[in-house]
Amino acid sequence: MATKSEILQGTLDLMVLKTLEAMGPLHGYGIALRLEQLSDQVLQVNQGTVYASLVRLVQKGWIRAEWGTSENNRSAKYYSITVRGRKQLAAEAEDWMRISGVIGKLLQLEPR
Amino acid sequence: MSILEFVRVTLSRIRSTLHPRRVDEDFRKELASHLELLTEDNIRRGMTPAEARRQACLRLGGVDQLSEINLEMQGLPFIETLIQDTRYSWRVLRKSPGFAVTAVLTVALGIGASAVVFAALNAIILRPLNVPQPESLYSIHRSDTIAVQSYPDYLDLRDGNRSFEDLAAYNLELVGLDTDDNPSRAWGIATSGNYFDVLHIQPYLGRLFHASDEHGLNSAPYVVLGYGYWQARFHNDPGVIGLTIQLDKHPFTVIGVTPHQFRGTLLIASPDFFVPIVNQEQIDATNVLNDRGNRNAIFMTLGHLKPGVTPAEAAADVNSIWSDLVKRYPKDHMPSTFVLGRPSLYGDRLGRPMRAFLFALMLLALLILVAACANLGTLFAARAADRSREVALRLALGARRLRILRQLFTEALLISSAGGALGLWGGLLLLRSLRTWQPFPQWPINIPITPDAKVYAAAVVLIVVSGLLFGAVPVRQVLRTDPYEIVKAGSRTTASRSITIRDLLLVGQISICAVLITASLAAVRGLEHSLHSNFGFEPQNAMLVNTVLDMAGYRGDQVPAMQKRLLESIRAIPQVTSVALVDLPPLNGGVRGGPIFRDETTDLRPANAAATADMMKVSPDYFRTAGTALFDGRDFSWHDDKDAPRVAVINEEFARKIFGSAANSVGRYFKIQDGTRIQVVGVAEDGKYENLTEDPTAATFLPILQSPTSDSWLVVRSGADTQSLATAIKQRLKELDSGLPSFIQTWNSAMALPLFPERMATAALGVLGLIGAMLSVTGIFGMAAYSVGRRKKELGTRMALGAQSKQVLQAALGRSFRLLAVGSVVGLVLGIFASRVLASIVYHATSRDPLILAGAVLSMFLLGLLATWIPAQRALSFDPSVLLREE
Repeated sequence: MATKSEILQGTLDLMVLKTLEAMGPLHGYGIALRLEQLSDQVLQVNQGTVYASLVRLVQKGWIRAEWGTSENNRSAKYYSITVRGRKQLAAEAEDWMRISGVIGKLLQLEPR
Repeated sequence: MSILEFVRVTLSRIRSTLHPRRVDEDFRKELASHLELLTEDNIRRGMTPAEARRQACLRLGGVDQLSEINLEMQGLPFIETLIQDTRYSWRVLRKSPGFAVTAVLTVALGIGASAVVFAALNAIILRPLNVPQPESLYSIHRSDTIAVQSYPDYLDLRDGNRSFEDLAAYNLELVGLDTDDNPSRAWGIATSGNYFDVLHIQPYLGRLFHASDEHGLNSAPYVVLGYGYWQARFHNDPGVIGLTIQLDKHPFTVIGVTPHQFRGTLLIASPDFFVPIVNQEQIDATNVLNDRGNRNAIFMTLGHLKPGVTPAEAAADVNSIWSDLVKRYPKDHMPSTFVLGRPSLYGDRLGRPMRAFLFALMLLALLILVAACANLGTLFAARAADRSREVALRLALGARRLRILRQLFTEALLISSAGGALGLWGGLLLLRSLRTWQPFPQWPINIPITPDAKVYAAAVVLIVVSGLLFGAVPVRQVLRTDPYEIVKAGSRTTASRSITIRDLLLVGQISICAVLITASLAAVRGLEHSLHSNFGFEPQNAMLVNTVLDMAGYRGDQVPAMQKRLLESIRAIPQVTSVALVDLPPLNGGVRGGPIFRDETTDLRPANAAATADMMKVSPDYFRTAGTALFDGRDFSWHDDKDAPRVAVINEEFARKIFGSAANSVGRYFKIQDGTRIQVVGVAEDGKYENLTEDPTAATFLPILQSPTSDSWLVVRSGADTQSLATAIKQRLKELDSGLPSFIQTWNSAMALPLFPERMATAALGVLGLIGAMLSVTGIFGMAAYSVGRRKKELGTRMALGAQSKQVLQAALGRSFRLLAVGSVVGLVLGIFASRVLASIVYHATSRDPLILAGAVLSMFLLGLLATWIPAQRALSFDPSVLLREE
C-alpha cells in the first residue's frame, strides 16, 4: 500500500515531468515557479520540496541535469526530460486519465 | 519499482556515495543559485535587498535541512547504517574478547562440521557424473545380486532393447602393466568398443577406440590411458601415443588419453586404463566372452535413455528381454529382476547405504549447528540482559527499537560470519588432506571431494540463518524493555525462578550433545566388538601375498606347478609357521557365489538349486594357516588332484542347508552347476565371506588341483615381525620369478575393506561426539559463569551471613547442574532410539549396552564438572567484604 506521502510524491514527480516536457529545459527555481502557478496545493510548504523530486527523477534516468547560464547571466542547473522520461510520462499520464475517468464516473453515480 | 529501475537508482546512489562531498557541494551551489534568482525576482517586485533575501530563504526552506535530505537520498542509507552497526559491534565485541572468541569458535565448529558433511554429500550423492548429459545416463542392475550378466547376455540386451540410445558394458581388470620389463599393478576396465561413444567422451590426446575397432576375439590390442595415470606413470609425455606397452605380457598399443575431468563412470575409483573387452582373454587368461552362464563377465552395463523413455519403462523392456533369455537358455539363467540405477555408486548397491549414511551424518551435523545456535542464543540472551541498561538508555534517548534490534542482529551476524569463515576454512583444509587419501592400499578407491559453488552457497546460507537464529533469541527481551523502569531500578533485576527460554535452550543443547555422545560411544563400542568378533579365520599374525600368475604369463599346467613352488619356497623361510594358498581370501571384496544342487537333483537349472554357496579354492593346509577350525573330517592333501575323486570341505551352514545337519555330512555328495558330483570330506566352522553384517552364508572349499585358478593369494602365518617377513617373502618371490608382480600386506590391514563402513561411521560419529562434548562444555560454562557473575552480590551477602561453601555452590551452580541433568536424561533416551538406526551401519552397535549408558552418564557428569569448575572457583573466591563495598 502506498502511503499518503508516497501518492503525493508520485503526483509531484508526474507534475515535474509534465512541466519539463511542456516547457523544455528549466532550472529548479523555474520549475518551482511553474508548479506554484499551476497549484498552490502541493507546494504550499516551500520551493525546496521540488528538489527531492528532481533527485528521484534523475536517479531513475527520466530527466537529465546540466549546469548552464540563466537569462540574466547567472549559472544555474538546468533540467531536461529524457527519452525514457517521455515514455514514462506518456504511460503515467494514460494511467492517470484512466483512473480519474473511473473515479469521475463513480462520483457521478446517482444514489438510488 | 521495476527491477531495472531499482538497479539504475542503486547504481546512481553508489556513484554518489563514492563522492559524497562533490554531491553535497553541487547541491548547495544549486540552492544558492535558486536563492539568487528568487532574491532578484523579489527585488524586482520592489522589496529592499535585505527583505528580498529573507523572503527568498523562507520560500525555499532551510538549506541545511534540504542538503541533509539530498545526501540521504543520494546515498545508500542501508549500507551506511550497516557499516555504522558493524563498527559499533566490533567495538562491543572487542570489549569482551572471551565471549567473542567462545562464540566464534562455537559457530566455527557448527558451520565447519555442516560444510564438510555437505561437501561430501554434494560430491557423492547430489552432483551428477562429470560426463555430458548425466541426467539421462542409467545403469542396469540386478535387484538380487551384485553380478550383472554375461557377455552374450549383454549383446542380446544391447541389440534387443528399444529404450537406450546404445548400451555399453565394462568389467574391472587388474593387470601387470609394464613399459620396459618393470611390471607394476594397474587397475583399469575392459569396455565394449562403443563405451566412449555411448558416454560422448572426446580424447584429450590421440584417439579413443570405437565399435568399429572390434573384429572378433583379441582383434583390438589398443589401450587408452586415464589422465591421472598418464600423468603419474608417463609424466604427461605426449609421446606415449603409439607406444607399445605390455598388459599381462601381451602387447597393447597406446592410442589415446582421456580428458582430465573424466574419471570413469564409477565415482569411487578412477580407471588407470581402458582396453576393448574383445581382448579380455589376454588379460584374464580365460576367455569368458562366449560363456553365457558367467554372470561375472560384465561389471556394469550402462547407456543414455532415449528421449521420452522413463527408467521404469526401460526396466520393463530389459526385464522382458531377460525373461526371453531365461526361456531360451534355462541351464544358464535364473529368473531375475533388473532395475535401473545411477552408475556413479553402482545403482543402489553402494548408493543406498552411502545415501543413508551421508544423510544421517548431515542430520547430525545440522543438529550440532542447532546446538551451537542454542548455545549462542543462551549467551546472547544473557548478554542482552546484562546490557539492558544500555538498551534502556538508548531507548530513553529516542532510539527506535528496530534500530537497536538491527544493531544486535549485526553483532550476531558478525560473529556467525567470522565463525563460519573460520569453520569453512578448517573444513576445506580437512577436505584437501583427504583428497589424496586411499583408504585401501590394494584397491584404487579414492573419492576426491572438491567443494563447488553449491557448497559455498550452502555455507553462506547456514551462516546467515544461524546468525539470525541466535540473534533472534533476545528480541523479545529488547522489545519488552521498559526504559523508565530499568533506568530507575538499575540493571540488577532479581533472578526469576520461573523457567526461561534460556533454560529451555540450554536443556535442548545439552540433550543434542548427549545424543551425539551416546551415539559415538555406541559406534566405538560396536567397532571394538567387530574387531574382536569371529570372522571364521584369524587375521592376527598372518600376511597376505597376492600374485596373479597370468599377469606374469603363466598358462595352463604351468600355474599349479608355479603355485607349488611358491608355497614350498615360502615355507622354507625359517620364521614361517605355515603357508597356504587361496584364490581369494574371505572378506576381500570378491564375489564367488555359485548354485549348489542336492545329489539327487538331475535337472541342473539354476531354479532347482538347493542353495547358493561361496566357493573358495584352497591349497592343502589352508584351514590351519587361516585359523579356520575344522570340526569333522579331514583337510585336503596334494593327492586331491585331477585324477582323484572330486572332494570338498563345507561349512556348517552349507551342511545345514543341504544335508539338514552338520553331524553326518562327511562322506555325502552334492553337485555343482556343471553336474560334477563332489564328496564332502570335512566340515569347517562358519565365517563371514562378503561383508561383516551378512547372515550365515553357505560356503564350500575346493582343492586347487581339482579347480585350478591363477588368482593366488598366499596366506603366511608367522609370529615374526611383519617388516622383515615381508622382505624375506619379496626376496623369495624375486628368486622364483623377477617378473612376477606381487602385493604384500598383513591380513589385519586387508581387513580395512570390510571394516571400512564401520570405521568411517565411528570416525565421523567420534568427531561429531567430540564436537558435541565441546559444545556442551562451552554451553554450561557460559551459563554457569554468567549466573555466578550476575549473582555476585547475592552470593557475597550469603557468605557474609555465614553460608558454607557447599551452600554457596548450590546457590550459584545448582540451577546449571539441574539443567544439565534434565538435558542429559532427555539426550540419553533419544540416543537409545538413535542407535537403532546406527545398528544398520555398525555391526554390533547397540546403546542398550550398560557400559555405553554408564559411559554416557559419566561423560556428561565429567563435562558438567569441567564446565562448572572455573565458575565454581570464582564463586568460592569471592570476598564478601569487598563485594558488598563494591556497589
